[in-house]
Amino acid sequence: MKKSKVARGYFLNTVVIILLFTAFQILTSAKGSQGSFKLVLIPSIWQCCYLMVLAASLNLVLGFMGQLSLGHCGFMAIGAYTAALLSLACERAELFEGKSDPAFILVLFSSVIAAGLMAAVLSLLVGIPALRLKGDYLAIITLGFGMIIINIINNLPFCGQDGLALGSAGASLYKNGLGFGSKAKVQFIWFALLVTIISLALMFMFIRSKYGRAIKAIRDDEIAASASGINTAKFKVMTFAYSAFFAGVAGALYACTNATLSTSSFAFTNGGILNSTFVVVMVVLGGMGSLTGSVIAAVIMFLINYEIKNGQWVSALPASLSGIFEYPMLVYAVVLIVVIMFRPKGIFGTYEFSLQNLIPDIRRALEMHRTADAEKKEANGNA
Amino acid sequence: MLEVKDLNLYYGAIHALKGISLTVKDGELVSLIGSNGAGKTSTLHAISGLLPISSGSLTLDGRDLRKVHPNKIINLGLAHVPEGRHVFARMTVEENLLMGAYIIRDSKKIMKNLEKVYSYFPRLRERYKQLAGTLSGGEQQMLATGRALMTDPSILLMDEPSMGLSPLLVKEIFSIIQTLHDSGITILLVEQNAKMALAVSDRAYVLETGKISMSGPASELANDDRVRKAYLGA
Repeated sequence: MKKSKVARGYFLNTVVIILLFTAFQILTSAKGSQGSFKLVLIPSIWQCCYLMVLAASLNLVLGFMGQLSLGHCGFMAIGAYTAALLSLACERAELFEGKSDPAFILVLFSSVIAAGLMAAVLSLLVGIPALRLKGDYLAIITLGFGMIIINIINNLPFCGQDGLALGSAGASLYKNGLGFGSKAKVQFIWFALLVTIISLALMFMFIRSKYGRAIKAIRDDEIAASASGINTAKFKVMTFAYSAFFAGVAGALYACTNATLSTSSFAFTNGGILNSTFVVVMVVLGGMGSLTGSVIAAVIMFLINYEIKNGQWVSALPASLSGIFEYPMLVYAVVLIVVIMFRPKGIFGTYEFSLQNLIPDIRRALEMHRTADAEKKEANGNA
Repeated sequence: MLEVKDLNLYYGAIHALKGISLTVKDGELVSLIGSNGAGKTSTLHAISGLLPISSGSLTLDGRDLRKVHPNKIINLGLAHVPEGRHVFARMTVEENLLMGAYIIRDSKKIMKNLEKVYSYFPRLRERYKQLAGTLSGGEQQMLATGRALMTDPSILLMDEPSMGLSPLLVKEIFSIIQTLHDSGITILLVEQNAKMALAVSDRAYVLETGKISMSGPASELANDDRVRKAYLGA
């Protein structure tokens, strides 16, 4: 009985995703050449895609395993550089001709997978010693890792200037085998969506599996988890690597959207949205332990960031007020504080969106709301 | 059969367990009673490998427990319900129980054991979707016990199941222990509540400052003058 319910859930999700996907493809082919669609909406979707994957991947470590990692953008940087350089190598080896060549699609997919694998392998280097530490110490070591990786990339000659053998250390990577222009972004939007959906699905399945349960058990009580027969050290390292894999995938998507890669965009001092602490903010905002929450929070943070930078209303504000928008970090902080005041567990808490349970969930929420109201009324009546 | 012989355990310089020997035969319910700091919990922790012992032998059905890693001991059929319950607070009741069956790969067997645990503890079935941290103390104790039963253990070590529970719940927990015993599970029970423990047990050991001072059938100990004065408050 239970199994068929799970199978039905997968079937329902697959059907709905395929329908939405096709609808979006039709829309894209119809409107793909129009100005605002091509120049605003599509690039925004690309950005949202990698932010969602990034936030969800951090949630595995932070929300489900309960370990604070502050170096997540380091893994994203590794992924971005791996994908950019691998595709550049393929381009120089003339494996494909132009971006409409079918061989390019193959290169695209292998770059994404290579980016994930590279990030996962390097995460083991940090994870194996670091995960023996707990709490603040793990946060410090991962924070350090994020900074170190930026410095390493800055000093690798093949990561600078024209890339590979032609490069020189210390500069941004101006050659990127991916680096889509606005036309290519429209052409390959299906790729961004597909990678995002597959990544989210894989993370979701991981959480629902026996292994997902095991890491939640480690978060709640390490002694009892060990007494249940779980090898806690192994699971921590494994989850860390799994999470880094998807951060690497997010990095590869990032490399697709930017013609030039610069380490400063992943650095801790970066005031933009790609900063390890802001990924933490996204996860906390959406709810630690809810992948749905991370996805929604990534979009919210993106919209806030977008409005601050491009919103017309900002310039209409008096100078004294619009000054705050020079410092986007202040705005994120205020948003986070407000959310934590009203919803201490984040927007979604541990709730996961599911098409199958949507109607029962809404019904239950309404019922709880009604009983709370009734209790309030009763209390007022008694008073 | 669980056999403990000449168990010695030190906390630094402190000699906590001084040559403890005890046996639990298959199907028996044996309790270990004694006051605070007598070494009851230490004995259980030593048996399940959570504390290193300095000398002595520990065997379960003839196999040496000292050579087994703590997270593998559960594979030998020894399950430990730790003191203070230790449930996974932010996971649901059912997830907690499934965690107990972590080492079992056969999903049919897991479902069968889950069904069995729910039949022992109908209250857990009612609340299978609730977060474990929001259960009452008694329900958490049921959950911790149920989780240990998920592996179908041949022997169950229970550490202070009545701790921090109301008298009514203590009664309920003990009636559950009695049911488990009646269904053939071997239990080694550690309790401060000597009266209740002696009432359900077959045999008992009295532990005093790291040594076993008395042992025998539970009914005899319950009528023993020294035990009555020291532990039963009569």
